[in-house]
Amino acid sequence: MEQSWRQAKSIFGLLLSAPLFWLAFFFIVPMGIVWLYSFGENRGLVDIAFTGTWKNYARALEPLYLGIFVKSLYVAALTTFLCLVVGFPVALAITFAADKWKPWLLLLIMLPFWTNLLIRTYALIAVLRTEGYVNQTYEFLWTNAGGLMTLVGLAPLGEFQPLDLLHNNFAVIFGLVYVHLPFMILPLYSTLDRMDRSLLEASLDLGAGHFRTLWSIVVPMSAAGIASGILITFIPALGAYLTPDLLGGPESQMIANVIERQFKRANDWPFGAALSFLLVYLTFIGIAIQGMLDKQNRGRAA
Amino acid sequence: MSSPRHLANRRSLLAGLGAAAVGISFSACSKPAEKAATDGAEEPKLNFYNWDTYIGETTLADFKTATGIDVNMQLFATNDELFAKLKAGNSGFDVIVPSNEFVTRMGQAGLLKALDHAKVPNMKNIDPQYLNPSFDPGNKFSVPYTWLVLGLGYRKSKFKTVPDSWKYVFDSAEYKGKIALLSESADLIRLAAKYKGVSLNNISPEMLTQIEAMLVKQKPNIRAFHEDNGQDMLQGGDVDIVIEYNGDIAQVMAEDDDIGFVVPKEGSLLNSDTLCVPVDAPRPNNAHAFINYILDARVGAEIYKTILYPSPNAAAKALMPEDYKNNPVIFPPADILAKCEYGAFEGAEKASQFEEIITRVRAS
Repeated sequence: MEQSWRQAKSIFGLLLSAPLFWLAFFFIVPMGIVWLYSFGENRGLVDIAFTGTWKNYARALEPLYLGIFVKSLYVAALTTFLCLVVGFPVALAITFAADKWKPWLLLLIMLPFWTNLLIRTYALIAVLRTEGYVNQTYEFLWTNAGGLMTLVGLAPLGEFQPLDLLHNNFAVIFGLVYVHLPFMILPLYSTLDRMDRSLLEASLDLGAGHFRTLWSIVVPMSAAGIASGILITFIPALGAYLTPDLLGGPESQMIANVIERQFKRANDWPFGAALSFLLVYLTFIGIAIQGMLDKQNRGRAA
Repeated sequence: MSSPRHLANRRSLLAGLGAAAVGISFSACSKPAEKAATDGAEEPKLNFYNWDTYIGETTLADFKTATGIDVNMQLFATNDELFAKLKAGNSGFDVIVPSNEFVTRMGQAGLLKALDHAKVPNMKNIDPQYLNPSFDPGNKFSVPYTWLVLGLGYRKSKFKTVPDSWKYVFDSAEYKGKIALLSESADLIRLAAKYKGVSLNNISPEMLTQIEAMLVKQKPNIRAFHEDNGQDMLQGGDVDIVIEYNGDIAQVMAEDDDIGFVVPKEGSLLNSDTLCVPVDAPRPNNAHAFINYILDARVGAEIYKTILYPSPNAAAKALMPEDYKNNPVIFPPADILAKCEYGAFEGAEKASQFEEIITRVRAS
């Protein structure tokens, strides 16, 4: 017999109490303290007084920091867009792959999660740096092509110039896309995999081409997956700091780098807390927009 | 990528690791888990919080053989990380290795225990010029361990003459795209002040404006603000000139003949790393015994042979080989050192101000 939770309130409450306790004491309370810090002031070197001041927020909204926020939003948006463009075909390919291959393909997508982010970032440095693998290969090809050209009587290619791949905004975007791609592919795959294939057959039978089918049937039907993929890629990308720190150049700082420096180097926790919470508010706005779009879609479907 | 190279420097890899986990803890939540044991009844254990590659290969094992005390060493990457950890309270560490400025800062914040000099007789081995420093009068809290100086590491084959001025990194487009600066805001601004010919302490607001303008102008020529992995960028060919610590460059010079190091003629910033005991150290007696052991001449010589940083320990230095004692990278010439200064702690406001200047430079 199926039981509603209303009939077993005490058991339900008991089961719920542990996670609720966890959430309250290890998430809400600490976050609440940091939120209070954002209205505080440094007193001496170790103490923070809660004075209810808005000074930290006023400083955080100065053009300097707003500019960095805008830049971070742009970088995160571009990262998300590239992840979507690259991730969608991959998710689609996995969906249509043979059943025995699917688990292996999914494993390949999830494999990077088993390695520490720092290790992966250092590995990228080894690939992209001036004497890294990309440039070494390029130089090898360049010299050989040069030799070949002299052989057939043409002028050689001239001196080899290594590509500038590291320590610039390109490297930051590349690193962020590399790190966040699985976050995009997995939700896309889970929606695409549940799609009713007969609708695709119907579309093809009724004369739509493959591209038209993809655009008019597959994309709209996977809208929910796309939306959640965008959300869970965009939010961590917005708060990225390790990637811009290690791969970026002098102009690549993002808001999380500024926040990190407030907590560590500047020892200005109240200001760091205010910046952090502005980021949290931005995230809430993002989730709210997604919720609204979701509701609209559902309204239309009904 | 060869990770040994990364492990071979003191502050770089962990800077990343530390950044990966900004631990926010709250002093209100912490309670002393281990009560300080009464004198003479301490368990044979010691928690040592040190920089990476900053101790002799066998020092800790030898200490255990000599005293039976088991040393558990953990690593930190920046003074700020150390400060944040101690600020939260109940770190559990018995011996820590803060730099000069932070000794003042932690002393003022009441985070350090006053040392009992009677328990550290080997203090006599320290060269008197390193005793009673301005950052810790009377060595109340600290015992000198090493000292370091910032300078320019460079690739010799790319330079016709020795780049003996900060001009090459702060005020010149000659090495455009091949320059890496330190990301530490206060150090960077202080070195820029040295280049401008003023003291690196009490920099005037007008001078700060000038320095900011100079750095903004120089920014297009800069390849990166490095997280103290400058020696690696230099060795990897990403840059030709970099601001780094003498010991870090000395370590890569041992592997690559084409790398040089110079302390610019305008003078530089000196730092001193010290051994201290946190105020809530669970085992202060063991801590004093450990500090005294490290100051021993023979033990010290073993340590400095590995870490290649200059030693303030005269007795240990006397036991070192000539190529350490006469290495101009480890011990820069006296006339240059005379122009170098220690940076004093000038209050939290100033630290915040330095940070904002560099944030503006990077956002410009």
